[in-house]
Amino acid sequence: MASTTTSPEAFGSATPSTSESYLTNERGFLSWLLTLDHKRIGVMYLMGVLFSFALGGFFALAVRTELLTPGHTVMEADTYNQMFTLHGAVMVFLVIIPGIPAALGNFVLPIQLGAKDVAFPRLNLFSFHLWLIGALFLVLSMYLSAADTGWTFYTPYSTTTTTAVIPATFGAFILGFSSIFTGVNMIVTIHKLRPPGMHWFRMPLFCWAIYATAIMQVLATPVLGITLLMLIVERALHVGIFDPALGGDPVLYQHFFWFYSHPAVYIMIVPAFGVISEVIAAFSRKRIFGYKFIALSSVAIAILGFLVWGHHMFTSGQSVLAGTIFSAISFMIAIPTAIKIFNWLGTMYQGRIFLDTPMLYALAFLWVFTIGGVTGMYLAVMSTDVHLHDTYFVVAHFHYVMMGGAITAFFAGLHYWWPKITGRMYDEKPGRIGAIIVFLGLNLTFFPQFIMGSQGMPRRYYNYLEEFTIYHQLSTVGAYLMGVGFLLAGINFYRSLRKKPDAPKNPWGARSLEWLTTSPPPYYNFHKPPVVDFGPYDYEDLVFDKKLGGYVHKSEAKS
Amino acid sequence: MTDTTADAHAGHEHHHGDGPHLAHHFDSYQHQFDSGKLGIWLFLAQEILFFSALFVAYIVYRAMHPEIFIWAHYFLDTQLGAINTGVLIVSSLTAAWAVRCAQLGNKQGLVLNIAVTILCAFGFLGIKYVEYSHKFHDGLGWAAKDAELKWSRHDPKHQVWELPGFQAKHPEVAAAAAAASKEGKSDREIAAVARKAAGGKDLGIVQPANSNTFFGIYFFMTGLHGIHVIAGIIVWVWLLLRALKGQFGPKYFGPIDYAALYWHLVDLIWIYLFPMLYLIH
Repeated sequence: MASTTTSPEAFGSATPSTSESYLTNERGFLSWLLTLDHKRIGVMYLMGVLFSFALGGFFALAVRTELLTPGHTVMEADTYNQMFTLHGAVMVFLVIIPGIPAALGNFVLPIQLGAKDVAFPRLNLFSFHLWLIGALFLVLSMYLSAADTGWTFYTPYSTTTTTAVIPATFGAFILGFSSIFTGVNMIVTIHKLRPPGMHWFRMPLFCWAIYATAIMQVLATPVLGITLLMLIVERALHVGIFDPALGGDPVLYQHFFWFYSHPAVYIMIVPAFGVISEVIAAFSRKRIFGYKFIALSSVAIAILGFLVWGHHMFTSGQSVLAGTIFSAISFMIAIPTAIKIFNWLGTMYQGRIFLDTPMLYALAFLWVFTIGGVTGMYLAVMSTDVHLHDTYFVVAHFHYVMMGGAITAFFAGLHYWWPKITGRMYDEKPGRIGAIIVFLGLNLTFFPQFIMGSQGMPRRYYNYLEEFTIYHQLSTVGAYLMGVGFLLAGINFYRSLRKKPDAPKNPWGARSLEWLTTSPPPYYNFHKPPVVDFGPYDYEDLVFDKKLGGYVHKSEAKS
Repeated sequence: MTDTTADAHAGHEHHHGDGPHLAHHFDSYQHQFDSGKLGIWLFLAQEILFFSALFVAYIVYRAMHPEIFIWAHYFLDTQLGAINTGVLIVSSLTAAWAVRCAQLGNKQGLVLNIAVTILCAFGFLGIKYVEYSHKFHDGLGWAAKDAELKWSRHDPKHQVWELPGFQAKHPEVAAAAAAASKEGKSDREIAAVARKAAGGKDLGIVQPANSNTFFGIYFFMTGLHGIHVIAGIIVWVWLLLRALKGQFGPKYFGPIDYAALYWHLVDLIWIYLFPMLYLIH
């Protein structure tokens, strides 16, 4: 094959035949459940994640509805405790952690690299099966008697409550291994399956982000696994490692838990950075600004993220010296994060900005993630944290980062890659309206929480003082507004599957390899293995073809 | 390139013409082997971190409550622990030898070495079973005295000065402590008598508070290690069956190599556990 330029077939609107398309080349339920194709596994993850998102959203609305008035509104205090625990556990373990790396990453990453599959397809399928089993255990715990400990499962309460802590933690334990195996697969795929020409600094930034995430998945998640196993053993067999009644130390549990769970928040947000890098560059039609800085800042976050877990424990009796060190390192995390924000702004500067749906979500991300990140600095200072610890300020901070950051980026990515995954275009108008509603709802939900938190409203409380009523009610209205926005996005996606026209190969004018193959991709990803002699952000070579409704290489344009 | 394109339409289980064990997305056996090797090393890295929390728990409790560890060590069977260390080291040797045999295409040697590895693994578990049952029989479980689980209760049947090993090593101390205990003296008085008999040295023979913590850590660490041994046996049996079919050779020996690496790690963890749990004093 000629190595000078991309072959003519690489561009254009050719749709794959039924026997080629990964969606239709095999039929039947088992051809999905037992598939080794990374694209199908990605789609199954996506369905699972979206279903869990609806479930976790339902629990969130239940919590917000209860908080509409002080005291009893619609449910008892015990039910309320279970609702916020389920909301946290489902959203963290079933939605955000697998959302971008396992669902979008599985689908997109091998194609972006120009590979046929991930390095270990069977392990990949096994990860997904583990995800299903872990999710079933969480559902089982809901059926038995949902845990009421909060998603952190702090001892000694978690070893004494009568609710079903063991099935819930065992579910999280299994989900952890699902995440570890996905991480192993991604690292090896990136190291070993890059085709000639795809050197490290020619990879799209999404791949860099998934790589940094995978390192954290492999090195942090096992600590969560053993911690939850120790908690299960503590509860079942009364070993006395965490239980103070038996001579154990509950603060040790907190150390172990946060040694995983702080890197875990970067497992949740770093892939989001990857999506945002792709979307902002593509919709500004401008080469990404500061490629190496964005790429390596992900790795820097991955490394520093292991050294800051103590900032969750400023009020747990940790020594002032340890607290000071953790505080200082937590501040350092702001540097690589700010590097990314400034580079994205630099990319948009003097670009040709197209306000399509993915870009609207990405702009929302820039706004809310910056607020979430800056308020994190308040919490990294020990003196202010003592005041703000365990208040709604913390809740607002991490929802701005997790919901406003990770989920918004997930939806940016979902809208961006939807034509590639399904082969269908969605309606732009409802897509954009949905993005705007989500953005407004998000701020309405969580901004009042900053205010009431700084005034002393504790998190997780069932009841509250009259003076906080207005903030709680604004927050609840915002939550429902967000629900409407996501519902609109969901309906839009559903309708696109039924009646919208087939998507072109490259509807957005993006340059990474997944846009060279058909929408949806053929089973083997590429008709001919791509020869990579261009960068992922070389947009100047592309021109829009009206007839195809998509972008083609300028050498292929039919005048 | 035309070959690859043709492959692209052939479906799942289609392979290149050059071997039945080469997956479609790898260029060569070397490429496949290198990828697998990186994968297994990453897996081993997470294994070490999986055990790490237990090692940290051990360090924390040993630093905070050295008396529990000193008292508990009198009850551990160093001899059986040492034999088990030897058994595992032998099995690691045969595992490494199995890799060599696979690389050389020596089927007989491969089968023999895997078989010896499996035998050693069973031997290890058998000795562990003997140790565990002694512990439970002597009331050296992990759970508090009033726990519901009777078999795992921590309610020692013997005092340190009643152990033959201790009596042989410190006859005067054992005799003095036994006499004091017979007179119905309090723990503190027994400790004082024992210290006097030992020439002012505190041997820590009186049962301290929360002494079950040590056995919690002991059973957890060795138990989790034992589960890894069982997992290893399952893998080795599977590889033995494949070796009997002659599936391995100079081109394709990755699975044997990966299993051996895993086995070395399981061995290595035991090599840390043995001094940490058996050789303390």
